Amino acid sequence: MKGHVLRPLYVVLALVALTFAARAFVVPPDFGAHEKGYMYGWYRKGNEAEWKAFKVKHQTRSYCEGCHTEEYSLIMKSPHGIINCENCHGPARDHPEAPLKLGIDKSRALCLRCHGYLPYKSTGREMIKGISPEEHNPDVECVSCHSPHNPLGGLS
Amino acid sequence: MISRREFLRLGLAASAGIGLSAFAARAYSGKGRTPRWVFLVDTYKCVGCGLCVRACKLENEIPYEVNATRTWVERYVVKKDGVVVADAPLGARDGFTRNDPQGIIVPDADIAKAFFVPKLCNQCTNPPCVQVCPVGATYQSPDGVVLVDRTWCIGCGYCIMACPYGMRFFHPLYKTAEKCNFCYHRLSAGMKPACVDACPFGARLIGDMKDENDPVANIIRTERVTVLKEEFGTKPNVYYLNYDSVIR
Repeated sequence: MKGHVLRPLYVVLALVALTFAARAFVVPPDFGAHEKGYMYGWYRKGNEAEWKAFKVKHQTRSYCEGCHTEEYSLIMKSPHGIINCENCHGPARDHPEAPLKLGIDKSRALCLRCHGYLPYKSTGREMIKGISPEEHNPDVECVSCHSPHNPLGGLS
Repeated sequence: MISRREFLRLGLAASAGIGLSAFAARAYSGKGRTPRWVFLVDTYKCVGCGLCVRACKLENEIPYEVNATRTWVERYVVKKDGVVVADAPLGARDGFTRNDPQGIIVPDADIAKAFFVPKLCNQCTNPPCVQVCPVGATYQSPDGVVLVDRTWCIGCGYCIMACPYGMRFFHPLYKTAEKCNFCYHRLSAGMKPACVDACPFGARLIGDMKDENDPVANIIRTERVTVLKEEFGTKPNVYYLNYDSVIR
């Protein structure tokens, strides 16, 4: 066969070889079909460990209990015991190392998430005592009268 | 030459041995087995506080001020004239504090029924989002959770279009596909997803379908539960109690 016919073929073959060579470097060795097969399990295995190493921020109330025993036992006796500490105090992360102190969300908006009255009879919202935010002391923080850790303990 | 008696004795012993070792292997693999995570949502218990959405955004580093979230809560208000008003402002990040679905004040007397529906990734057994990924950046992990490889995602958005539940979005910072992964890092650490821990009312529960004694899995097995958009054949793993046909 003539050279001018074969020459482009060599170029194509070289390109294919180059692609495979580049692929060997670029694609990590743990990339391929894994447990779930080709359709759902075609991925880089190392990514699983990367997600597992993602930082946990919310440590849950059992993490708080050890040091803040008094507050913990107080709130656990009240109906607010179902609310996790971090919902109001923010994620603990590595407290007490980092952050040293946690902020407290004392806003009316936080309380209104549950205690803003909604006439939705087929939900648990109906069981919660609700207020009309515009009528019930609109300019005062809830915590200046109500204790979030002991909501049934009377007004202050 | 082996006698008949000897042959039968040996044969019986061998088959007993094989059976026993198979049983032992099964019992052993039961210890270190991979779970199959399932989620149960009780829409009756949900009060629309949105604390789950807040916890999710903080836990999973989804920029708080951006209107993008891995999980959200929808409100459905069905009026007595049959009109359904549904909304989820900011994904219910700040909860529902006023009776103003879509900004419309609905008089108490006009409401036939109203409720909240938490939504999150269904971690489908047949995830359409994974099928369409052209680069293998999203996948089903061995325990059934669909994950996104941020270093591998090219941001084409096919998966966002493919999800029948509108679950996926682009991460505002990484510009890669983003989705709920049942807080994979927390599950791996033996914890529950952030939304489950944040819910004061037990409206969100996580379970392991492969565990015969798992209380949540047992509710799914024995109670009347629904999955969303069953007709898509995705086989979702998020189950709903107290479902209603107006839910989309």
